[in-house]
Amino acid sequence: MNSRMKNRRKLQAIGVNALAWVLSLILIAPLMLILVNSFKDSVAASDMNLALTANPQWSNYSLVIEKGKLGTTFLNSMLYSIGSVLLCTLLSSMAAYVMSRNGRRLHRFLYLFIVLGIAMPINFVTLMKVMQFVRLMNTRTGIVLLYTATQIPFNVFLIHSFVSKIPEEIDEAAIIDGATPLGLFVRVVLPLLKPVLVTVMVLTFLNTWNEFVMPLYFLGSSTKWPMTLAVYNFFGMYFKDWNLVCADIVLTSAPVILVYLLGQKYIVAGMTAGAIKG
Amino acid sequence: MIKKKMYPTWFIFGALLLYAVLYVLPSVMGIGYSFTDWSVYSQEIHFVGWQNFATVFSTDYNYTRILGNTFLFTFVTTLAKNVIGLALAVLLTKRVKLLNFHRAVMYLPCVLSALIVGMIFKSVLNPKIGLLNTALRAIGLDALAMNWLTDSRIAFNSVMAVDIWKGMGYIMTILIAGLMSIPPTYYEAAQIDGGSAWQCFRHITLPLLMPTLTVTTVLNVIYGLKVFDTVYALTNGGPGYATEVLYTGVYKEFGLGRYAVGTTLSSIMTVVMLVVGYFMIKHMVKGGGGEA
Repeated sequence: MNSRMKNRRKLQAIGVNALAWVLSLILIAPLMLILVNSFKDSVAASDMNLALTANPQWSNYSLVIEKGKLGTTFLNSMLYSIGSVLLCTLLSSMAAYVMSRNGRRLHRFLYLFIVLGIAMPINFVTLMKVMQFVRLMNTRTGIVLLYTATQIPFNVFLIHSFVSKIPEEIDEAAIIDGATPLGLFVRVVLPLLKPVLVTVMVLTFLNTWNEFVMPLYFLGSSTKWPMTLAVYNFFGMYFKDWNLVCADIVLTSAPVILVYLLGQKYIVAGMTAGAIKG
Repeated sequence: MIKKKMYPTWFIFGALLLYAVLYVLPSVMGIGYSFTDWSVYSQEIHFVGWQNFATVFSTDYNYTRILGNTFLFTFVTTLAKNVIGLALAVLLTKRVKLLNFHRAVMYLPCVLSALIVGMIFKSVLNPKIGLLNTALRAIGLDALAMNWLTDSRIAFNSVMAVDIWKGMGYIMTILIAGLMSIPPTYYEAAQIDGGSAWQCFRHITLPLLMPTLTVTTVLNVIYGLKVFDTVYALTNGGPGYATEVLYTGVYKEFGLGRYAVGTTLSSIMTVVMLVVGYFMIKHMVKGGGGEA
């Protein structure tokens, strides 16, 4: 009886582990396909199979950096991502902090008004008109401001719930010690918000790096394109050379995978903070 | 009152200004422009009443099909991601070796750009050399090897499947956190009473996970209705209108310079989203009631 139960447990454990591996392989196979083929020559890559190559073509990478103008697009992506990460984190934390602390009705209303943006869709057609009016069409500044605006709602939501966990007595103590409101925020509150700010920064970076719809609508000149849009365009031009396309995909995805591996803890924290509380 | 001074309202202005001008204003303007004949050719813009809405809801065009596709996409992907995500979450809270490795792998597609996922699957789903058909032929299932993205009968299913592949890890991650917040003593008590695994799931896991499942459903509905990236990269709405969704439709109208129809489609989505957003906020206010 006892040994039979033990055996059943063992079988179950083997089954569960096997299932997990099968599922992981299904998820990882398409990604391995890209990595493997980025090292093949053009002829071998035209089959797009998972076979490993005997002599890896490292030159694919230097070739694609040159042909795909990846230097410029990498710098563009960096500018858009880092620019909106800094601006969005600063503006969102200032707003969320005051709206959480200042108990007035107006602030509560404004908070709900901003958070509604998590659901609201963007009207790209009329946004073009607004962008023309404020003279931000086809500018890098425009893209940074758009990315900031679109991510304010979720970031405000995340920071707002975190601020409410910090005791208000800390603020009062700082004010009694002679701190100004701005000094209180910068020197006392911001350091306490560090965990949620890291989450916000990681998520904003991933979202902006991966985004391409704003540039698709509002950046006419390809010299201002981010890596995502450039890789898609490259794909259209060199669709016969899958090895180069794969190398381009690997290079474009490398930054987000790196940030993911380093910041996994913070991503999961951000995903779940919003969901579990509700 | 001292709070007014300690927490000055101007702290909000930066965020509020950008959000109001670049996010809310276009949506409000959009509703106004839905009643005009605005296009890339128009010298001046005229009021035309409900004409654009009549066009969009008329059966003479394909717009109703676009709206139908959008709702179908939202329904199917939301349901599938929740069911598969829940199954994955249950699996990956069991005693699996290399647990964190498996979790990390399943979340990985979520951090990739949808545009890149689209390109990857254009290769995987290629009828001749694609990984999927090659694998099907290798195990003798030649009959199942299809033109995944070019056959108008199955293209939309393929697009939804890719989106599910990309997004299920996200739901799984949220649900794992939900599962881990259920006290293990509940299961121990049920086991002592002789409850089966299914009974435990049905009477403990599912009810306690309901609030989390509500959130994942709302998030998926919001995402599904707004989907653009995956569809654009995989099929760009084709073949024909088989995979056209609202936002690929808007992009095409924009490209053709038919701004009024584009903004009308967007405005319909704005109204739908106001309803979804209302429920989202109501849920959040209820859930976060104790925070103040």
